[in-house]
Amino acid sequence: MSILIDENTRVIVQGITGKEGAFHTAQMLEYGTKVVGGVTPGKGGQKSEHGLPIFNSVKEAVIKTGANASVVFVPPRFAADAILESVDAELDLVVCISEGIPTEDMVKVNYILKQSKTRLIGPNCPGIISPGKSKIGIMPGFIHQRGSIGIISRSGTLTYEAVHQVTQLGLGQSTCIGIGGDPIIGCTFLDLLPLFEKDAETEAVIMIGEIGGTAEEEAAEYIQAHFSKPVVAFIAGVTAPPGRRMGHAGAIIAGGKGTAQEKIEVLRNAGITVTLNPAEIGKALTSVL
Amino acid sequence: MKIHEYQAKDILNVFNVNVPRGIPVFSKDEALNAANLMGYPCVIKAQIHAGGRGKGGGVKVAQSTEDAEQIIDKIFGHPLVTKQTGTKGKIVNRLLIEEAVDIDRELYVGIVIDRKTACPVMMASTEGGMEIEEVAGKTPEKIFKEFALPGFGLQAYQYNRLVTALKLEGDLAKKGIIFLQSLYNVFRRTDASMVEINPLVITKKGDIIALDAKLNFDDNALFRHKKYIDLRDTSEEEPSELEASKYKLNYIRLNGNVGCMVNGAGLAMATMDIIKLHGGEPANFLDVGGIASSETVANGFKIILSDANVKAVLINIFGGIVRCDRVAQGIVDALNSLHIKIPVVVRLEGTNAVEARKILAESPLDFMIADSLEKAAQIVVSAANNGEYR
Repeated sequence: MSILIDENTRVIVQGITGKEGAFHTAQMLEYGTKVVGGVTPGKGGQKSEHGLPIFNSVKEAVIKTGANASVVFVPPRFAADAILESVDAELDLVVCISEGIPTEDMVKVNYILKQSKTRLIGPNCPGIISPGKSKIGIMPGFIHQRGSIGIISRSGTLTYEAVHQVTQLGLGQSTCIGIGGDPIIGCTFLDLLPLFEKDAETEAVIMIGEIGGTAEEEAAEYIQAHFSKPVVAFIAGVTAPPGRRMGHAGAIIAGGKGTAQEKIEVLRNAGITVTLNPAEIGKALTSVL
Repeated sequence: MKIHEYQAKDILNVFNVNVPRGIPVFSKDEALNAANLMGYPCVIKAQIHAGGRGKGGGVKVAQSTEDAEQIIDKIFGHPLVTKQTGTKGKIVNRLLIEEAVDIDRELYVGIVIDRKTACPVMMASTEGGMEIEEVAGKTPEKIFKEFALPGFGLQAYQYNRLVTALKLEGDLAKKGIIFLQSLYNVFRRTDASMVEINPLVITKKGDIIALDAKLNFDDNALFRHKKYIDLRDTSEEEPSELEASKYKLNYIRLNGNVGCMVNGAGLAMATMDIIKLHGGEPANFLDVGGIASSETVANGFKIILSDANVKAVLINIFGGIVRCDRVAQGIVDALNSLHIKIPVVVRLEGTNAVEARKILAESPLDFMIADSLEKAAQIVVSAANNGEYR
């Protein structure tokens, strides 16, 4: 097993004819993901460069292909609408890679999402991968290996770092999810941990957080009360100065809140193994297994 | 994007939020003329992108022309140091000359997006004029919050509760509701990331006025508000960061001596952290993004080395879509053209890392290749402290 996606997940690509969309569609196909079509309004009826059918709307694509997941590569000013279109088409999962969506748009998306059955990963994220089964996103597939470790991370390349360490240990991953670096995102740590709790294949979870917000603290509370598997965490930004946005829109210590120290303390108090060294995430993991 | 107080007040005015009469000025002569025009007493306010201006001596009341002249001389063209500017302060090149207001009470109101609920939240407090973080820390019960339903905004009962929390009664309560409604409109209609009125004052005559105003825009939404883009004052920004943004690099200067160049924001922060963990001090945050070409690497070096404190540089790239061999070639090309004299430590992992290490190893240039993040950090810290790494 794995969470959210597996070899049966059927994916459509919103923005399949764009440069990024086309490139990563090829990469996903190469990895073995069942990409079944694409959506670009106005180009319905054509074929993509990969030979996939293009549709004018998500609804049409779903009817014709039986897709149950979508990945969004459209420019940020249209991305919120693309997500909402997939929510309207009642897809199980939408993965939004696009970076730079206005916060106001995400406020709207989040509100509508809460009343739907759709789960959103991202935006501004690398996506999700269940190694050996399916990858929906832009992460390099080859660093992953099928295994028993679940990974949830607010970062991109730092996630790859953790994945690499786990793979080197020969443990492999059940599912890795980059939840995104924006202040408002779809699935949070809190939404995904229960899925890992239920997943028989997952034996332990790595959480990679960073400064800003309180998502890690909320996760800590849940883990202490309800999570039975070992959790290892790393929080990036111990050296980040307050009041500065560290690349990610959501990575900011605002009003003295959201510091790494604060998060580390809360996580440790909840019994979670926190490593301060990003090169020792794998080592910390072996200490709890 | 941050804007000045006088610019924020212009926008508030458009949305019918009461602000004092004021004239923004850009020279000493203009300032004195404006003060005379405003009449005395009037208030002279330094316009910089930082809070704590009052305590730092950047806000003064002038009682006469002579008085105004002295104050303007003292503030204009000089650095103003506040809690938020750092020790060097910020040079004051703009002033706001405002009518003096008879203050009866000082209140606080602010609107931001609450991350936990993903909704706009309006915060109100009777503790105006104080730093709201301090109030939140010491007496959180003195901050009253109402969450807006996305798409529907705040409801009438919520405005009622807000003015009640602000202890506004009768006619003032009515005026308060209109004020808060207008302020919420500003937040919504301008795609603001924050609106803060501190203090919001009740005058002795019974008017409600935004005595100070802070308005930040969501950068991602500026495409919808082209007229606000011109309000950006680049002289308020760190020159090296401004330069980096021209190259589409995300750079923040810090106080240490170990420069770092990394792909991805999270990994860049983690790289800073591991430098610190090994006893070093990071000189900067630098995310070069997804494409680390020789041009990007060269630009990254230029920005890092514009900081004279930097004694060694760590390049940490985890190649995903970007291939490490291309990055390695980029590093070799950049080092070749830039004649860098300080130690450079390179750690490349991910796609084509083996080929990349070969390219680096075969280059006659003087740099150190590390095969793990841990070693890279150790080497670069000792290099920065000792000047060598062999």
